[in-house]
Amino acid sequence: MSNRKIGDVILDVQNISLSFGGVKALTDISFNVREHEVRAIIGPNGAGKSSMLNCINGVYWPQQGSITFRGQTFKHMNSRQVAEMGVARTFQNLALFKGMSVLDNIMTGRNLKMKSGLLAQALRWGPAEREELQHREFVEHIIDFLEIQAHRKTPVGRLPYGLQKRVDLGRALAMEPQVLLLDEPMAGMNVEEKQDMSRFILDVNDEFGATIVLIEHDMGVVMDISDRVVVLDYGKKIGDGTPDEVRNNEDVIRAYLGVEH
Amino acid sequence: MGFFLETLFGGLMVGMLYSLIAIGFVLIYKASGVFNFAQGAMVLFAALAMARFAEWFPQWFGFESLLLANILAFIAAMAVMIVVAWLIERLALSKLVNQEGITLLMATLGIAYFLDGVGQTIFGNDIYKIDVGMPKEPLMVLQGTFEGGLLLSQEDLVAAAVSAALVVVLAIFFQKTATGRALRAVADDHQAAQSIGIPLSRIWVIVWSVAGFSALVAGIIWGSKLGVQFWWRSKRCRW
Repeated sequence: MSNRKIGDVILDVQNISLSFGGVKALTDISFNVREHEVRAIIGPNGAGKSSMLNCINGVYWPQQGSITFRGQTFKHMNSRQVAEMGVARTFQNLALFKGMSVLDNIMTGRNLKMKSGLLAQALRWGPAEREELQHREFVEHIIDFLEIQAHRKTPVGRLPYGLQKRVDLGRALAMEPQVLLLDEPMAGMNVEEKQDMSRFILDVNDEFGATIVLIEHDMGVVMDISDRVVVLDYGKKIGDGTPDEVRNNEDVIRAYLGVEH
Repeated sequence: MGFFLETLFGGLMVGMLYSLIAIGFVLIYKASGVFNFAQGAMVLFAALAMARFAEWFPQWFGFESLLLANILAFIAAMAVMIVVAWLIERLALSKLVNQEGITLLMATLGIAYFLDGVGQTIFGNDIYKIDVGMPKEPLMVLQGTFEGGLLLSQEDLVAAAVSAALVVVLAIFFQKTATGRALRAVADDHQAAQSIGIPLSRIWVIVWSVAGFSALVAGIIWGSKLGVQFWWRSKRCRW
């Protein structure tokens, strides 16, 4: 096992309720995430997992509840602010910049860290050039880490699905996130790709020290890599605990396997 | 041979003139993936603003200098285009984040009609002239080589140089700067761009302002050739 140390609560979600018109997506959800842990959100289709992630990410603004991140409490998050505070995410249905190369895609993740002015960049003025090179170096490090060196210059639209998923992860890593939100990182992958992805996620957690919140359907994977698991069903929280606790939780079994007659 | 060259250069330069307008389309397309139907209207709107401000400022502030009038009018027209860009973002685009391309396309159609109407209401719908002192006389070159020499329009030469410069500047901007990269990113995927902290609203104001700038430059050059009037857009720039 790794030598990482799980710390204090970094992200605390309190009593979040979210509805779209009359449809309740989330009802009174509370859970917390500790620093450096791998926290999974699971649940059947339509349980509200992605909605939850979108609330944390500032895409959706919940009607009730609050989110506390590193001691600061918010009614709702705001995409830009969240990114600045060090929260990055990947997407369930790939949302890459298809026309751009792998390198450029990952470089966009450095956007917030770029300090030099527009004119300086355009003129390739000394400090601006140096800054670009520094970012480039960091990005190359990520490319090595994800083992996609060979595809550096390929437009991402042309890569196979599994590799696109890696680029998505790479772009999020480029932000040097403290918290990484992964929306079904293994959806649609074969066993081998899933193993690779699990390894990357654990390494990110280990080497980069990032806290990870992930949504996943594959129970085997979830139980293997998570420290704690939240279970949602129809927008309500029905379980929360270690993989073993959750596995033996009656409500969870019922939600996944149906009611016993 | 002389005639061939004359026609060739003439054609090339007319092409450059059209490219001046086309740059505006490319800009918005690159940064939002939307074909902007309002670009023609923006060219007219900017040209109208320029023409009328150049006429009004000397009257309002009581000075004679044509150069000063043109400079002030250019600055004022550019300010107007930035306000237009900001309003478009505020009132239309910000409501349409993460929508289909076709939705945004229809919005630009609406913007086109709106700009047409508002432009004529504020600035009037007569024919106005823009005089930025572009050289009008045709240029005779290579009289030694060909009989009668080559006749080149100086006005077109200036226009061609301006549009070539704009293309180079914009290419550098898109390919070499982080903001350019952010613009391309926004064009590909709104949600992903937001997730890495690219502020959509600011990017859109920037892009529409730059498109407004290229519309203004195109409007001035076309306007000083042909005069500025509403039919001019219907005839030349209806896309």
